[in-house]
Amino acid sequence: MRKIKELRQSLLISVWFMFLTFPIMVIRVNTIDNIIEWRWMNMIYVGLGSFVFSFIWRYLLSKKQSGAKLLKADKPAYLLPMQRIFANPWMQMSALFFIAVFAVIFPFVFSSYQINIMTTALMYVVLGLGLNIVVGQAGLLNLGYAAFYAVGAYSYALLNYHFGIGFWTALPIGAALAALFGIILGLPVLRLRGDYLAIVTLGFGEIVRLVLENWNEFSFGPSGISNIPRPGFFGIELNFEQVSAYLYFLVIGICLLAIFVIRRLQNSRIGRAWIAMREDEVACQSMGIDMTRAKLTALALSSMWAGLVGVIFAAKTTFINPASFTFLESAMILSIIVIGGMGTILGVIVGAFLLILLPEYLRALSDYRMLAFGAAIVLMMIFRPQGIVTVSRRTYQFSDENHAPDISTK
Amino acid sequence: MPQTFPQNKGSVLDIVNLTMNFGGLRAIDAVNLHVKQWEIVALIGPNGAGKTTIFNCITGLYKPTAGDIFIQPPGRKRKRVTGMKIHKITKRGMARTFQNIRIFSNMTALENVMIGRHCRTKAGVWEAVLKNKRTRKEEKDIVSQSYNILAKVGLTQAVNELAKNLPYGAQRRLEIARAMATEPFLLLLDEPAAGMNPYETKELDELILRIREEERISILMIEHDMKLVMSVSDRIYVMDYGEKIAEGSPSEIRENHVVIKAYLGEEFDA
Ligand SMILES: Nc1ncnc2c1ncn2[C@@H]1O[C@H](COP(=O)(O)OP(=O)(O)OP(=O)(O)O)[C@@H](O)[C@H]1O
Ligand SMILES: [Mg+2]
Repeated sequence: MRKIKELRQSLLISVWFMFLTFPIMVIRVNTIDNIIEWRWMNMIYVGLGSFVFSFIWRYLLSKKQSGAKLLKADKPAYLLPMQRIFANPWMQMSALFFIAVFAVIFPFVFSSYQINIMTTALMYVVLGLGLNIVVGQAGLLNLGYAAFYAVGAYSYALLNYHFGIGFWTALPIGAALAALFGIILGLPVLRLRGDYLAIVTLGFGEIVRLVLENWNEFSFGPSGISNIPRPGFFGIELNFEQVSAYLYFLVIGICLLAIFVIRRLQNSRIGRAWIAMREDEVACQSMGIDMTRAKLTALALSSMWAGLVGVIFAAKTTFINPASFTFLESAMILSIIVIGGMGTILGVIVGAFLLILLPEYLRALSDYRMLAFGAAIVLMMIFRPQGIVTVSRRTYQFSDENHAPDISTK
Repeated sequence: MPQTFPQNKGSVLDIVNLTMNFGGLRAIDAVNLHVKQWEIVALIGPNGAGKTTIFNCITGLYKPTAGDIFIQPPGRKRKRVTGMKIHKITKRGMARTFQNIRIFSNMTALENVMIGRHCRTKAGVWEAVLKNKRTRKEEKDIVSQSYNILAKVGLTQAVNELAKNLPYGAQRRLEIARAMATEPFLLLLDEPAAGMNPYETKELDELILRIREEERISILMIEHDMKLVMSVSDRIYVMDYGEKIAEGSPSEIRENHVVIKAYLGEEFDA
């Protein structure tokens, strides 16, 4: 009985899809010979495909429902096999060692094309980690993150153009300017939460882009700024391949720095205050936390990383224009943390690699990139809304051994 | 009994002619109230009398329409705190709990109390990143102090438990622990016994007296449980429709006709 019902449902779905895709998949007007081609085979493919997919879809849904039941029964959250293996500290160490070795030999083994892609992915890791401070930790949805990225990139480009300031000097300046912009954005939106904050930050991102696009005297408009010098290496001229490797190691360094700093912040007095703020703003203030300050700190620290990566981006591409800092860019970085797993460092890394590397290596699908992207996010939201990597936030684990002496003193 | 405690040490909180309007509604009408050092004061009254609104004015959540709030922490100068920012008031030494529990659900019991230590500790961004000796010591102290406070309210079993998984009575005690972690001179409890069973209420009774004893602080408490109010309070204020209708010792309040009328309403008239 149920089987027949399911078959009928799938049949209906496949007919519906054949009907929907009929105009684009079946009919083709050949304008040269002025004839209409009927590609009936396509229709059969669509029909069969959607028939099979509807079964897979239903299977996944039912699996998800039983999963939800498991969760209700207070079972520990389902972990990826990968995560279970990594629970073992020995495995963790050897995996880290393997990754480190791979990362070091990477530029000597692969072509500069590969190195460039990897550098880009690593830049997005840092961007994701930065955005994660406000979104994942402080719970403030920021949809204009690309604006801070732009601030970093343009501060290097313009400072270099006007004053000939070098990469290494521009790096901290770009980061500081982006942090300053974070605070400037923060001041008027301190009272906003959730959707309202999202809209205002979205607007802010667009304002920055539009200013860059239209204020020709300042930013050279849509044509952008070219001939931005690559970073120097103690005054030695590097050829193209060497520069790729150099930038690669530089970004690896910044990535490690970001992971280190953000981990430290997470487990600090300030990190705790952010979590409390995300949980309950009124209670958080009543416990003596200066929320204004906590929010501005989060925004500044988050924007700082975007500024830093912005400077590197300008140096890497040697050309920037406002088209690199659209809303799509902000959405991309946000997707990285949503898909990877909100609030976790490992999740952001996984998300960045998936979202940046997959499209590069699946060039064949590049026409459907945005389509696949959208589908992936929809599927994620349905089947794994907590992200690929789900680690419940690491809570402070109190153990008597560490603190026994202190307890006995009181 | 409470009376054995040293009294008349001078007041730590003075509320003068406090008035609060919400649009056309006058939620508090020229209320005067004071709390002395080491005193346990109860604030009672029917639903909607304006008790929580007074707490919200004291702790800075609301800006009063008129009137003044002065504090005088033991050994310090008298200070006007009317309309001061919430976190600054907490830092000056008044901490509260909420009528509708507002713990940080996804943090552990210990972490909840650690948040309370925030305003008494210093580590900023730099210290967090560098994590030098001083910062490590501060973190360690935060943990052990928080644990000690949890021990005082009897929650050591739940130290690593997520706050949302705690039973109701434990959540209420966790809120008290969190407030105590801010080292207040005055603890404001908004219906601490609400939703507790008689056994838990009995424990709460002891806890409140013990806090006063051990921490040497004052307590201002809103409570509907008359047994608890009568047994722990030194003095009681009664409010109705935003006005203070009576004040006095528990025995005086028990006998007061205005109070009985406010509580029993028409039934009493009939
Ligand atoms: N933020 C607000 N905006 C508008 N009116 C409010 C607000 N807060 C409280 N009130 C009103 O003020 C009056 C007093 O409310 P309050 O919460 O202080 O009462 P309460 O004495 O604490 O009562 P309960 O015992 O039910 O907690 C009520 O009429 C309430 O509706
Ligand atoms: Mg109330």
